[in-house]
Amino acid sequence: MTPDTASENPPRAPARRVDRAGVVIAAALAVLAAVLVWDASKLPSTTMYGMGPEAMPVVIAIGLVILAAGNLIDALRGNLPPRESMDPKPVWLIIGGLALLIAIIGFGGGFILATSALFITTSAAFGRRAVLADTAIALVITTLIYLAFDKLLTLSLPAGPLERLL
Amino acid sequence: MMDTFAALAHGMAVAMQPMNLLYALIGVFLGTAVGVLPGIGPALTVALLLPVTYKLDPGGSLIMFAGIYYGGMYGGSTTAILINTPGESASMATALEGNKMAKAGRGGPALATSAIGSFVAGTIATIGLAFLAPWLVDFAVRFGPEDYFALMCVAFVTVSATFGDSPVRGLTSLFIGLTLGLVGIDKLTGQARLAFGIPELLDGVEVTTLAVGLFAVGEALYVASRRHHAEEKLEPVRGSLWMTREDWRRSWKPWLRGTLFGFPIGALPAGGAEIPTFLSYSTERRLTKHPEEFGKGAIEGVAGPEAANNASAAGTLVPLLTLGLPTSATAAMMLAGFQQYGLNPGPLLFAERPDLVWGLIASLFIANGMLLVLNLPLVGLWVRLLAIPQPWLYAGILVFATMGTIAAKPSVVELSMLAAFGVMGFLMRRFDFPIAPVVIGLILGPIAESQLRRALAISLGDPMVLLQSPMSATLLGIALIALLAPFVLKGLGRFKANED
Repeated sequence: MTPDTASENPPRAPARRVDRAGVVIAAALAVLAAVLVWDASKLPSTTMYGMGPEAMPVVIAIGLVILAAGNLIDALRGNLPPRESMDPKPVWLIIGGLALLIAIIGFGGGFILATSALFITTSAAFGRRAVLADTAIALVITTLIYLAFDKLLTLSLPAGPLERLL
Repeated sequence: MMDTFAALAHGMAVAMQPMNLLYALIGVFLGTAVGVLPGIGPALTVALLLPVTYKLDPGGSLIMFAGIYYGGMYGGSTTAILINTPGESASMATALEGNKMAKAGRGGPALATSAIGSFVAGTIATIGLAFLAPWLVDFAVRFGPEDYFALMCVAFVTVSATFGDSPVRGLTSLFIGLTLGLVGIDKLTGQARLAFGIPELLDGVEVTTLAVGLFAVGEALYVASRRHHAEEKLEPVRGSLWMTREDWRRSWKPWLRGTLFGFPIGALPAGGAEIPTFLSYSTERRLTKHPEEFGKGAIEGVAGPEAANNASAAGTLVPLLTLGLPTSATAAMMLAGFQQYGLNPGPLLFAERPDLVWGLIASLFIANGMLLVLNLPLVGLWVRLLAIPQPWLYAGILVFATMGTIAAKPSVVELSMLAAFGVMGFLMRRFDFPIAPVVIGLILGPIAESQLRRALAISLGDPMVLLQSPMSATLLGIALIALLAPFVLKGLGRFKANED
């Protein structure tokens, strides 16, 4: 007889607690339903027969409210599947990289600078510490992609100061 | 029957044109190269490579697509065997035995039986597609809008509720997709819905932006967040690549049985390759003469599920091409590929553009053959792609993922949507919401709505039209049963548990 089989509690006990993230998800679904109804209420009904454009949003909103209730019940019962621990830092690094990319494209910095910024932050998020080396790699790769797709496949990628030199 | 042969021969003539052969070759090559990257399944492969085909003519682009589709599937199983990270649930069964075989130094035969099995299954299933499609098209021309609406309800329910872990979470994903499908100008009345005065939103949510955000950005965020858990280990391919006589003897029956599971289940508007692959896995496990090898790397456990996976992939093309009904995330991406040229798959497309449809079906055969000839010798190259260090791999994936959006619509709004969908994909993975129903809701929701409104306009607003057509009434009944079944079965299960 090994002691651990006897002393182990049924795993149900801790899982019964209210799952706060689940409550937030249910609330978000309810808010989404409210937005749908609010938006649909501003549409003038012009169709003579059948459904106008405002009918389907209301139907989907009703579905979302029911699903919000379903998610809330799961959360209150603690029925959600177990989650592994997570490290938030890399997630924020990548989101920061995406924000940088959007800002550089928005201010006309061009494709190469924008995607290089994303490359460097993502690579750092996955544990690389050699920022200078990665910067060099990022610039080379994105320049090659730019040349291949802009010149060969004639996709139009936004040009900034670096692209004008090519 | 003869018509099918004539049409197929015509399609072959289209697909065998040198330019089209080249497109198929590029498609197969790119599809395998992207599909082999860990965490990238066939749906994302197609979504990432969609922008590459923007500038081609529809025929060439669809042929390249066929290659990308099959190449992505092939690449996915290579990853599943060599690093045990199936890019999608359909490769999970392959990873079970395949990775064990690779660990035991039998990676070569595992890759070979999966490649040859995929070829056999893909070829048989494509023949099935070629013969089933015209028959279904004859049937589908008689469909009214109410029948289409009912059919889409069946697809909605089966994709999200019936076969997932939790019907509540699956339906939640579907309704998020349906909500996103409402965004933009209503096609029937020209009124803007959920656009909030932002001009970019008037065109609606792009399927590729959603898919790339959910799959690529979401996956990168998710893997980064749990990087501290476990490092993936790449199994080197040791020893012979070729299968022995014994391997062949043990593989051919599972290939055929896998095909028999995969094609019909894939062709039903229920979708999902998980069910046939796991059915095939458990069948092979029961029928094998070497039960002691299961769990340690039995070749039957790779051959069967791989064949089932590929056959069901060809099977999902049946409802896609004949009815315009995508039942998997990959099929939804294929539909997006058609839509970028203003083409709508369905009975009409068979009548109006037979060259396109049959050219596509014929190039499926060609892509399949190319994969077999190209990929076994090139396996060393694919393995090297797998060995790219994780930081550069995911950095490269994100650069490529954002490039598609930047090339299509270089606006701050579109890129912000991509980032937002990425965060959504991350949260959905973390809280175990399925992702495919979102994509299918976005792409099918607007079609279902317009069919319903058309049906109601014809009936002068009488909702009974949905029940008067026997077809539509039956389909709606099936949808209702499929919706309630998981809840009823769960209730029964609880009842039984209480009795014990």
